[in-house]
Amino acid sequence: MNTDISQTITRIAEIIINELKLEDVTPETFDADLDLVDEVGVDSMDLATIALVLRDEYGIRIDEDDYPKLTTIRIIAEYIDNKLTSDD
Amino acid sequence: MKTVSSLLDDHWYERYKKISKLNIRSSIYDVTDRCNLRCKGCFFFSSGEHERASEENDVSKWHTFVEKEMERGVNLAILIGGEPTLCLDRIEAFYKRLPTFCATNGLIKVPRDRFPDMMVGLSLWGDEEDEIALRGKDTFKITSANYAGDPHAYYLYTITPKQLGKTGKIIQKIKDIGLKVHMQLLSNDEGVDGFSWKPEELVEVRAEMDAMLDAYPETVISSKYYHKVITTGRMLDRKFGWMECPSVTEPIDKRDPRPKRLTNFIRWASDLETMHRCCTSETRDCSTCKDGAAHMSWVMVNKRAHLKSTEDLHNWIEVYEMFAKLYQFIPW
Ligand code: SF4
Ligand code: SF4
Repeated sequence: MNTDISQTITRIAEIIINELKLEDVTPETFDADLDLVDEVGVDSMDLATIALVLRDEYGIRIDEDDYPKLTTIRIIAEYIDNKLTSDD
Repeated sequence: MKTVSSLLDDHWYERYKKISKLNIRSSIYDVTDRCNLRCKGCFFFSSGEHERASEENDVSKWHTFVEKEMERGVNLAILIGGEPTLCLDRIEAFYKRLPTFCATNGLIKVPRDRFPDMMVGLSLWGDEEDEIALRGKDTFKITSANYAGDPHAYYLYTITPKQLGKTGKIIQKIKDIGLKVHMQLLSNDEGVDGFSWKPEELVEVRAEMDAMLDAYPETVISSKYYHKVITTGRMLDRKFGWMECPSVTEPIDKRDPRPKRLTNFIRWASDLETMHRCCTSETRDCSTCKDGAAHMSWVMVNKRAHLKSTEDLHNWIEVYEMFAKLYQFIPW
């Protein structure tokens, strides 16, 4: 796994845990491939909250139209990675 | 961390999968400000909402409006009024494009050649005596003749305190004509004497609703958790009211903190420009509001809060299934 991506994954997990006040999980134990919507019950309002924190942290804008495809932490990390690379 | 699959066995997980991707985005539309009845306690007329806007009479504007609503992501149109069936051309603007539900008093039969599978909710306020006292007419006589056996119609039975002990008779009548029924509670917006809920009556009605669901599982579309939430106004450790209501029109929702709410929800007036505050009367006191759809949606938008135990998640699934059945997203 690419180191940058793995760092992003851990950081996103941390943000999600903090913002959604999830219990019994740490950034290290959070399965990056778990379906956030189907399995964790994350909804579009949660995603909007998470998107704001990610915007501040990574300086990227997440389009609301993209929310439906951001279903796992890994997909979010790749999405951020792509945005950062294409902005370079 | 509790996840959906860690809480559900195979049977419940299958049920969950059928609803988890539905992503229902509803909005509500006042099709007209007129009605062929004037029920005591009708939220629309008692709040003066029928005078807030003047109806858009140009049908082509309704067509353009619905197109715009679809661009906003609406995938379920809930038509109310006044009485929508007074304006079939306007209904058609929705029905041609979107899953459409029409709430009606049922006095005018929706022509099935024009609207073959549109879901129709027939309002019913009790037995002959209550219907005559509150609505001036025993509508069941007419609606049962119009809709007996119709697979796309069901009764929306508004239970009043005077119906305690009598709901079984009504549900049996509905079963006899081959229709389904969903139960809700009167909010008594006009303070009609004897029709406001007392705390002990709410306890009684909950037990009666539960008993009806047990006795008529094929006819009653409901869930015991919905009965609990609507009669107690409580969900998990939270109390229903303005700061929790999910059914507030989004562009005018200035609540802070914003609660979990229906995405993009708007209740439009019949001029297609004015927005009403919420899914029901603008003048209603939220602390005594018994709106069924708002309570159902309250549960549905709070999925994550129901991931604490298997029982909570089962409750959430049952309420979601109930909603999905009532609006034809899944079969009965
Ligand atoms: S039929 Fe419905 S809209 Fe008409 S007066 Fe009665 S409650 Fe109001
Ligand atoms: S009256 Fe009922 S539906 Fe309307 S905002 Fe208040 S609680 Fe919500």
